[in-house]
Amino acid sequence: MSAMLLPLADFTAPKIEYNELAPLLVVFGAACVGVLVEAFLPRPLRHLVQLAITVVAVVVSGVLTGILMNGKKELLAAQGAISVDGPALFTWLILLALSLISVLLFAERSIDGGLSAFAGQAAAVPGSEAEREGTAARIEHTEIFPLTLFAVGGMMLFAASNDLLVLFVALEVFSLPLYLLCGLARRRRLISQEAAMKYFLLGAFSSAFLLFGIALLYGYAGTMSLGGIADALSSDTGSDTILLAGTGLLGVGLLFKVGGVPFHSWTPDVYQGAPTPVTGFMAACTKIAAFVGLMRVFYVALGGSRWDWAPMMWIIAILTMVVGSIVAITQTDVKRMLAYSSIAHAGFLLTAFVGLAQAGSGVHNGITSTQAVLFYLVSYGFPTIGAFAVVTLVRDAGGEATHLSRWAGLGKKSPLLAGIFAFFLLSFAGIPLTAGFTGKWAVFSAAWTGGAWPLVVVAVLSSLVAAFFYVRVIVLMFFSDLPADAPDVALPGWQTTSAVALGLAATVVLGLVPGPVLDLAARAGEFIR
Amino acid sequence: MSHELTWLLVAVPALSAAILLLGGKATNAWGHLLGTLAPVISFAFGVVLFFQMRGQASEERSETVRLFEWFSVGQIKVDFTLLIDPLSILFVLLITGVGSLIHIYSIGYMEHDPRRRRFFGYLNLFIAAMLLLVLAADYLLVFVGWEGVGLASYLLIGFWQHKNSAAVAAKKAFVVNRVGDIGLSLAVMSMWALFGSSAFATVNAGAEHVSSTWATLLGLMLLLAACGKSAQVPLQSWLLDAMEGPTPVSALIHAATMVTAGVYLVVRSHAIYEVTDAASTAVVIVGTVTALAGAIIGCAKDDIKKALAGSTMSQIGYMMLAAGLGPAGYVFAIFHLLTHGFFKANMFLGAGSVMHGMNDDVNMRHYGALRTPMKITFATFAFGYLAILGIPPFAGFFSKDKIIEAAFADNTVIGLCALLGAGITAFYMTRVMLMTFFGKKRWADDVHPHESPAVMTWPLIILAALSLGGGALYFAGHWIVDWLEPIVGHEEEHPPVSALVMTLITLAVVAVGIVIAVLKYRRDIPREAPAGSPVTVFARRDLYGDALNEAVLMRPGQYLTRTLVWLDNRGVDGLVNGLAALFGGLSGRLRRFQTGFVRSYALSMVFGAAFVVVALLAVRLS
Repeated sequence: MSAMLLPLADFTAPKIEYNELAPLLVVFGAACVGVLVEAFLPRPLRHLVQLAITVVAVVVSGVLTGILMNGKKELLAAQGAISVDGPALFTWLILLALSLISVLLFAERSIDGGLSAFAGQAAAVPGSEAEREGTAARIEHTEIFPLTLFAVGGMMLFAASNDLLVLFVALEVFSLPLYLLCGLARRRRLISQEAAMKYFLLGAFSSAFLLFGIALLYGYAGTMSLGGIADALSSDTGSDTILLAGTGLLGVGLLFKVGGVPFHSWTPDVYQGAPTPVTGFMAACTKIAAFVGLMRVFYVALGGSRWDWAPMMWIIAILTMVVGSIVAITQTDVKRMLAYSSIAHAGFLLTAFVGLAQAGSGVHNGITSTQAVLFYLVSYGFPTIGAFAVVTLVRDAGGEATHLSRWAGLGKKSPLLAGIFAFFLLSFAGIPLTAGFTGKWAVFSAAWTGGAWPLVVVAVLSSLVAAFFYVRVIVLMFFSDLPADAPDVALPGWQTTSAVALGLAATVVLGLVPGPVLDLAARAGEFIR
Repeated sequence: MSHELTWLLVAVPALSAAILLLGGKATNAWGHLLGTLAPVISFAFGVVLFFQMRGQASEERSETVRLFEWFSVGQIKVDFTLLIDPLSILFVLLITGVGSLIHIYSIGYMEHDPRRRRFFGYLNLFIAAMLLLVLAADYLLVFVGWEGVGLASYLLIGFWQHKNSAAVAAKKAFVVNRVGDIGLSLAVMSMWALFGSSAFATVNAGAEHVSSTWATLLGLMLLLAACGKSAQVPLQSWLLDAMEGPTPVSALIHAATMVTAGVYLVVRSHAIYEVTDAASTAVVIVGTVTALAGAIIGCAKDDIKKALAGSTMSQIGYMMLAAGLGPAGYVFAIFHLLTHGFFKANMFLGAGSVMHGMNDDVNMRHYGALRTPMKITFATFAFGYLAILGIPPFAGFFSKDKIIEAAFADNTVIGLCALLGAGITAFYMTRVMLMTFFGKKRWADDVHPHESPAVMTWPLIILAALSLGGGALYFAGHWIVDWLEPIVGHEEEHPPVSALVMTLITLAVVAVGIVIAVLKYRRDIPREAPAGSPVTVFARRDLYGDALNEAVLMRPGQYLTRTLVWLDNRGVDGLVNGLAALFGGLSGRLRRFQTGFVRSYALSMVFGAAFVVVALLAVRLS
């Protein structure tokens, strides 16, 4: 009884480090402002205001993150629930940079007759009179901007969460807006809605696994905090069976978001159905947040039992690389092909992750798994968004022409666009002097020095297979004849142009002078607990 | 000028390539001139560097030039460092010298091509990448050049985009080369793990301390890389198809320079091969097999370029063989590489000149008696012919003879194979010669063979002179041996019989090859290829190399792909159906509540989760 009637003096408010958490708070705050804008501002103004709020919030948050990185003060904020450490700050910075590019793509209105890529009225039945009227009246969902901000904030929190409960909340905070965004395509609405439905159902399913895993780990350690679980592991109390089952189920939930095989099956369908700008955003940002989250949980909390989970992760990594690269070969849709390519990339990332090259473990080589993965995420994120931005521009009467046969001879129609796309593909294939090359070297050498050389051999073989289907698209674009009914290449507005240009510039710079970013990743150091 | 400016060698053609490829139509008018000027400038600079180096004492001739730090992570540091030493300068001279001649030739050869400017852009890109490959002082930097030449080769093989066969050949070359690249990338990663660096200096210094297993592995990885780039068995299949590219490309990339990069890599890695007999033996075997296989393929081809391509394979096999022999062979591998660069470029350009006069027909059965209308082409081609046969005093005599001698000194079987290869070479080259330039005319009435313009014949004449005089590098006081010895080392080994007897035997075998060819091909040659004996068919089909690739790699790959796709799309569904039958329609009843395929995805997740948990527990319990 007395516990319920605590005198006010006994209740200490939790200590919140507002300065350190400012980047998160700015994004979430701006998202709330965006919701208010929807409620109070007249429709014609909303697009511009929402875009301005989003861009400003992302930029301000990025600047704040930069200041924090410069200050180099790592701490556990919010009573140990959020870890503002080097990897977290680095991840925030990439997430914000890539979100900025994505937001530009979301805001593009000049390539589809003055309308955005998103449905005017999500509630209108596809093909109905109401939908036509809405389109004629140029109604748009400007809610996509606050939704994006919520997703970005959730991803940032996910990558920094130092507590399994926070991890779960963050997962839902970034997943729910994504489910919505996936279903909002203006063209081919049914397939878009189907994608959203699938993503939601399977996402919910995976959340259940995650939650069950969290419950089991709590049962084992008696705490939700990652550091607490690590302590329990080192003192080796509690049941191993519960620990291992918890580890497995938690891993399933995280691998689902990463797109690891056999938890990848949603990826191609969702990537294909979602509006292309959203696909680009998911392919880059979700993967980054999920991967950092995965590493944090497995390195910080479960690092002590790494010899138990490493073999399982080896198998998953091999499956992911092999299935991703091989199935990509037979894809006939460019978005599905990129989806499988993203699965293969997840596999490459997993090699570094299970390579377990860690500082001070006596390896000859200096690059640690964390640094390699962080760098790879940068070098993968920029070309990915750039490639999806290019996909939005190849259009015919039915919207985007994503069937690969429609891309035949594109190099003759628009050498610039096809050339840029080919460059992104070469980067995915890991050709030197592109971002992908440096990234692949980083992860492979981390895995190699960590002793996972069989994985590296599989990875190099898979990247050979992957190179094949990237080259196939290049051959198709440049060495095939242009059919008479070839799709048009839309003239992009400044938004898409700058998104493609930023993606391209980053891909070139990371290939030619990767030094500064590698340095930054190296200075991010390791996770703290 | 000093060595500090070595980077200009690479930068000039790279800049020119950038101007030509990014400049667009504005550069159409003068693009080919700029494109030709770039390698000429690099060549002139290379000559200056060469003479500077000759003036130095032999131990001071190697110099590294550190341009900037490429990246550094922890203890791994990769600098953008160039190495200019007696070995790399020879390559620089070969690449830029022969490269310049081929650029000049291309002005005439590609005159009527609307995309000539782009062609020169790609050629310059190739020159820059190839120079980077041979000048790099770090294996990772070599890899950058390695991929660069691969990309340029890919673009140039597929240059005539309107031909589907060209696109297919380009893709094949790219993919097969990637297989080789695996070797190089794994080698670099192992070097990082073993030595903490992939710089030549560190690797060479550390090679003797490394365990023999690792040395062998490293040697085999590098050999795999060399096989891919140099079209050695088992990665030889792309080179014959690569002849789809314009002929100057075949001469420059697929005869004189790029395909010899594998030999360069092996010689450059001599420190590793010296501590592992197993890997060196593997190099010798690969070289010997390819020397014979290429020669046999060359015997059966009616396409003049493919016959020459088979010959290229075979000659590179000789270089590889020599490189595998260790210090006894390194110098001669490089020596033969140089002379081969001269005479093979000469013959390829000669073939291009013939095609130019024959409406781009490549079938030798449609040639005949061309020595009269194409006098210069015939004469220069004859010089190349005599050089490759090894007739004294032509260049090939000195270089090939030394390889056969070294092979005999090492192992009689290998020596006999090398000798046999020389005989077959004499046979197929005589065949090419007779079918093209002698006999009766077999060309159609609407073909009017004519000599090529001066811009094409002058490079031929210069290369013919080099085919004759290239041997001077050796017979002038064994100059090349002294020049390369400080870098790769040299040991004189003596064949079981005296060198003079060896030479006479070789010449006798060559003579036998010539006589057989003359007897067989002096008669009239039908315009259509006869069915041929099983051996001929075997050789015509590239020794079933493609069929083998198809059976061993492609088919299983296709099956694997199909199976995975099937599993990915339907397999889990099928399993659901099977389970449904098993569990009395439970699954079927559940299915009524769900539409679409989400259920199968979810089921796959359940299986996955079960697998994950079981795997975890199994690891702990085992």
